[in-house]
Amino acid sequence: MPERVVESLRGVGHKTVNGIWRLGYGSAFFLMTLLRSATSFRRFGLTIKEIYSAGVLSLIIIVVSGLFVGMVLGLQGYETLQKYGSSEAVGTLVALSLTRELGPVVAGLLFASRAGSAMTAEIGLMKATEQISAMEMMAVDPIARVIGPRFWGGVISMPLLAAIFSAVGVFGGYLITVVVIGVDSGAFWSQMQSAVDFRHDILNGIIKSVVFGVAVTAIALFEGYDAPPTAEGVSGATTRTVVTSSLAILGLDFVLTAFMFRGI
Amino acid sequence: MENLVEIKDVSFAYGFRPVLKGINMAVPRGKVVSIMGLSGCGKTTLLRLIAGAIKPRKGEVRVGGRVINRMKREELYAERRKMGMLYQFGALFTDMTALENVAFQIREHTNLPEDMVLDLAMMKLNAVGLRGAHHMMPAELSGGMARRVALARAIALDPTLIMYDEPFTGLDPISLGVISNLLRRLNDVLGATSIVVTHDVQETLKIVDYVYFMADGAVVAQGTPDEIRESKTPFVHQFVWGEIDGPLPFHMPGGSYTKDLALEAARA
Repeated sequence: MPERVVESLRGVGHKTVNGIWRLGYGSAFFLMTLLRSATSFRRFGLTIKEIYSAGVLSLIIIVVSGLFVGMVLGLQGYETLQKYGSSEAVGTLVALSLTRELGPVVAGLLFASRAGSAMTAEIGLMKATEQISAMEMMAVDPIARVIGPRFWGGVISMPLLAAIFSAVGVFGGYLITVVVIGVDSGAFWSQMQSAVDFRHDILNGIIKSVVFGVAVTAIALFEGYDAPPTAEGVSGATTRTVVTSSLAILGLDFVLTAFMFRGI
Repeated sequence: MENLVEIKDVSFAYGFRPVLKGINMAVPRGKVVSIMGLSGCGKTTLLRLIAGAIKPRKGEVRVGGRVINRMKREELYAERRKMGMLYQFGALFTDMTALENVAFQIREHTNLPEDMVLDLAMMKLNAVGLRGAHHMMPAELSGGMARRVALARAIALDPTLIMYDEPFTGLDPISLGVISNLLRRLNDVLGATSIVVTHDVQETLKIVDYVYFMADGAVVAQGTPDEIRESKTPFVHQFVWGEIDGPLPFHMPGGSYTKDLALEAARA
């Protein structure tokens, strides 16, 4: 019995030490990526390529999801608001929900599962097939050449995707409430225009999406770089990227919301 | 003769597992030297030590008279520009064509105009006989072709030291002959020094100048190919002639055979 207790305590200790070690290694990796970012800007073509992979190739899922989320918001909002005789305010509801919350959060979650998982798998496989070692052997720093451009590509793409998500979502809400249900078009747009504030709503939404972009891309790249060089290791790292970055987005969203919209 | 690589009393361990135990080795300039031994005996670890990818627990690794394991990152990278490495399965960049793979290092380390970079890369591909495959992606190349493209990439900047990690693994006899021939020819033409880590004895003994035999993290024998072929050391003899039984038994030591087959329990 005491042996089993000691064994389980040892397991807890091992996991704790391992977790702290990974946190430290992850932070050092993130810092190193920032410090060696010069290549990403000096040879901006490399970063543009990654903006294409992470951003442009995620456009379809972002546009389609944004449209449906906007349409659902329009339907649900109209359903509730008409009970109080203020169905024209549905435009405000759709726009505020999207710019403040759903745009950055849902776009972030989609970005994590589409682009984040792809980054982890790509870096993990590059490591498993010794491409990263080969690059180091050629005196080319893989952090500067491979990780940096992907990091900045992700960080630049994410707010753009969130903005597109929100814009398409507003259009989806317009389609359902104005075109299909028949809410007055002028009231829909004018109420939205007067209620949505650039600094409080749109700028805060952009800040959120930048923070999510940094978190998701950093997690995805670290998981790929730290993945054991086996098929099982890469698949585990890809799963961890989606789970960890989704949780990070939701946790960070709460913290940022608490700071940004307190007292409004 | 001057040595390009000198390994002095080097020990290395992964965690608590010792991999190299007091290795001493010298690779003369201009020669092709092979390191042979069973899988897991520490051959690849030795290559990684020479490249400075890992540091020894004890001893020192010198390349061109300079101690690799005490170099800072910038110095190490400068030293690596004079080295080329061929990995076991090529390690080609899968998102680039054969030509782009070869051009990669030239582009990263020189300020040459783009058309000159591509011309140089094409010349390296021509040297390994694959100019015609310049537009192909790594996934379209056979194992032997991928290895040749990787060889062209390894010699892209005319290195003084070329390292080969299991260059013959998984190749058909023709590709194997082509690679071993290229290995020797490129070494002599470029005036380079080569280290070949392998367990393909017969093919290697035809092309190398000197052989180190490793077992269990230590050098157990060394000599010219003829000395190795005629060696009376039981382990070397078994390894060179591929004998099934010898100092390395066919059966891995284990417990009672009848117990493993659960015969004792059945009898009881």
